[in-house]
Order: sequence, then C-alpha cells, then structure tokens
Amino acid sequence: MEAGTVSSQRQISVTVNGTTYEREVEARKLLIHFLRDDLDLTGSHIGCDTGNCGACSIIVDGTLVKSCMLLAVQADRTQIETVEGLADGEELSKLQQAFSAHHALQCGYCTPGMLMSATALLRKNPHPSDEEIKKGLQGNICRCTGYWNIFEAVKAAAE
Amino acid sequence: MLLREVGYARPGSVAEAIELLAADDGARALAGGQTLINVMKARAGSPDALVDLNGLEELKGIELGADGTLELGAMTTYTEIVESSEARARPILADVCAQIADVQVRNRGTIGGNVCTNDPTNHLPPLFAALGATFVIQGGDGSRDVSAEEFFLGVYLTAVGLGELLTKIRIPAGRSDGFAAVTLGVEGTCIVSAAASLNGGVRIALGCVDAVPVVLTPASADADAVRAAVTEAALEPPADVHASSDYRRHLAEVLAVRAAHQASERRS
Repeated sequence: MEAGTVSSQRQISVTVNGTTYEREVEARKLLIHFLRDDLDLTGSHIGCDTGNCGACSIIVDGTLVKSCMLLAVQADRTQIETVEGLADGEELSKLQQAFSAHHALQCGYCTPGMLMSATALLRKNPHPSDEEIKKGLQGNICRCTGYWNIFEAVKAAAE
Repeated sequence: MLLREVGYARPGSVAEAIELLAADDGARALAGGQTLINVMKARAGSPDALVDLNGLEELKGIELGADGTLELGAMTTYTEIVESSEARARPILADVCAQIADVQVRNRGTIGGNVCTNDPTNHLPPLFAALGATFVIQGGDGSRDVSAEEFFLGVYLTAVGLGELLTKIRIPAGRSDGFAAVTLGVEGTCIVSAAASLNGGVRIALGCVDAVPVVLTPASADADAVRAAVTEAALEPPADVHASSDYRRHLAEVLAVRAAHQASERRS
C-alpha cells in the first residue's frame, strides 16, 4: 500500500527491544494492543486507556510516549523499547535493582510504565533534582505506594 | 479500546495532506493525537480517515527572525518548545508548554493540535490570543494569515476549514508576558486561565469563560484597571462540575490580575 493513500489496513515493520517484527495491522489498532495482543509482549500494561495513568508508557525512537495514545500504524519503521528490554538476560538494570531494593512496587501494575518513564528521565538527565524526578514521573499513576519509594528508587539509581 | 474502523494515510508533503483532507469531508488531520485518539475512543468523534501529519518536516521547526518574530511549525511539540533555544526569545512559551499535562503528552502533543482543537480548557488558545499570534492556514488555493480573533470561532471550532491545514503560528517579539490558571491537579486542564501581554498595549485573554478566548485591552496593567476591564466584559461563563458560573467569573478577575502582574514584573 502506498504511503499517501487511505487504507484501513497496513503492513508495518517495527523493531521492539532489538527484534524486528513485520505485521499486517488495522489502522484502528492502538499501539498498546499491537504490542500485547499481536507480539505477545504483555509487559506494558493497560491501566486507564485514556492517556492518564501511564502504565502503557514505552520509548519510541528515544521518546517516552503512552502507547494507548498512538496507533500501531504510526509505529511503522520505529525502534521501540518496552519494559521487557530493560534487563540484560537475568541481570536487572540498575534502575530495576533500585526498585527492588527500595520496595518501589506493591501490586506492580504501574511498574512497567514507571520504569520506562524513569529510564527516559535518567537518560536525558542522569542527575535529576528531586523536583525533576517528580516532574519526570508525573505522567504515571500509582495507587499503592504513595510514590515515595518509587521516588527513592529513582533517586538511588541516579546516584 | 477498539476504535471504530478508520482509514489511515501518511502523506509525503503538506500539499498531499491537503489533497487527502479535501477529498473526503470525513477525513481529519492527525497531529499529536493526544486529544483526537481519546475523542475516538469515547466515540465523541469518528473520522472516516486520519491524515497523519507526523513525519512532515515542513510542519516542524522553530525559527527566530531578525525582528524577533518566532515562526513555529504547527507540528512542533510542547517538549520541542520547552527545549528550544530560539523559543526562549519569548519565555512565556516554554513556561506554559512545560505546564501542559505530563512528559509523555508533552513529547507527542503539538501546538497546532492544541489550538485547532480549541478546547476552552486548553492552555494555548488564550496564550496565543494574548500574544497577538498570527495563524497561517493553507488550503488548495494557497495560504492566508488569520489573527487570533478570527481564528478561534467556537468550542472545538476554528477558521481551519475542510480541506485546509494550519501550517504555522507566528508570534511577534516581546518578553513582558504572564500566565495564570486554576487547574484540575497540578498541571491538569484549566478551570479558568488568563494570559497577559504588555508589549505595546495591554492585552489579556481569558480562557474557559466563553466558547473562545475573551480578549480584553485595559488601559493599564494595574490591578484596578484589569479588574474594571473584566467587570466590563460582563462574562457569563459556563457552569460545570468543577466550578459554578459565578466562581468562574470570580476566578477570571483574580487570574487576569495575576497574569498582568506577572507580565509587568517581566518588563525588560
């Protein structure tokens, strides 16, 4: 299908955590559903499905986004990073280790999004101030921890 | 959420995007999608086709002219404004863009999408109205320049017609600007907002008190003059679950004074 023509279905090629996938997708499919249902990458969660909670946060071409607010067809020819790509085999990333050490999760539902937001923050700003950490996590809602341990974990990972 | 079936096109140029939009009354431009995708989920709108503007470099970029005029591509994201050294020529732009929603939304959401949505609770319609911005709208027969007064026509309605596209927003030079809002949550949508600009005359624009930003031109930025101008405007704001009409009228006065005060403190 040519780029400039209207179609309800499209062939896309997406690289997720280093693996390239070629799939036919419907234009109406949200990126989060493509990741979870088509690629079986269920690490990214659907919380609110209205762009508020941030549980579906992923990194697309280096930019942190909410994957329930993009169409899968828009991810054509992009490099995507999800929570599944953070650990190196069995070895957790420094940030993941800090989440574990600081008890930064209880139910864990928001954790994939929190980790991706914090990863994006620390990449852009390796030594954020307290205020910058809070602002960096503003798009992610947690209903268990009261945020404090998440904040402490990010702070520890930054040091 | 499964959206209604929709067509999708990724044009290679602005001209092609306009052709696609003109070819189908049910086609809509997809900018950052941080409002439109939600609107489609809620079935509040169901376009037949989406014309994806992402990837059109012609619609990107921030240029600072020799006379201090900023030319902002419609597809410039809030994050790009916040991080741009050129945009610092008009500091209020980054100040306000940094208050919109959260990192993820700022990374995707665009200034063109924000004003074309013209949701009264959005930050940028009153800001651009106060700054005296010019909106460049392109259609099949060329482009036209439109002032803020002509651009914002109603709730969710602007001068951008079917088969047309907002391509650029021009902001004149200046530094003495202010913005104040009462929001839902720290950086949420506005319950009432006010933007002020003291470059040349005094221009104040109020958001969320009418279908379009209400522009006031008090004689001075003094609190009394600003209050008098708000009273004279005889606002009849809408009431909703967040605020009564009377409370919005009260906030309009308070926030207009705050925005004007902030602007006068930035007089250079």
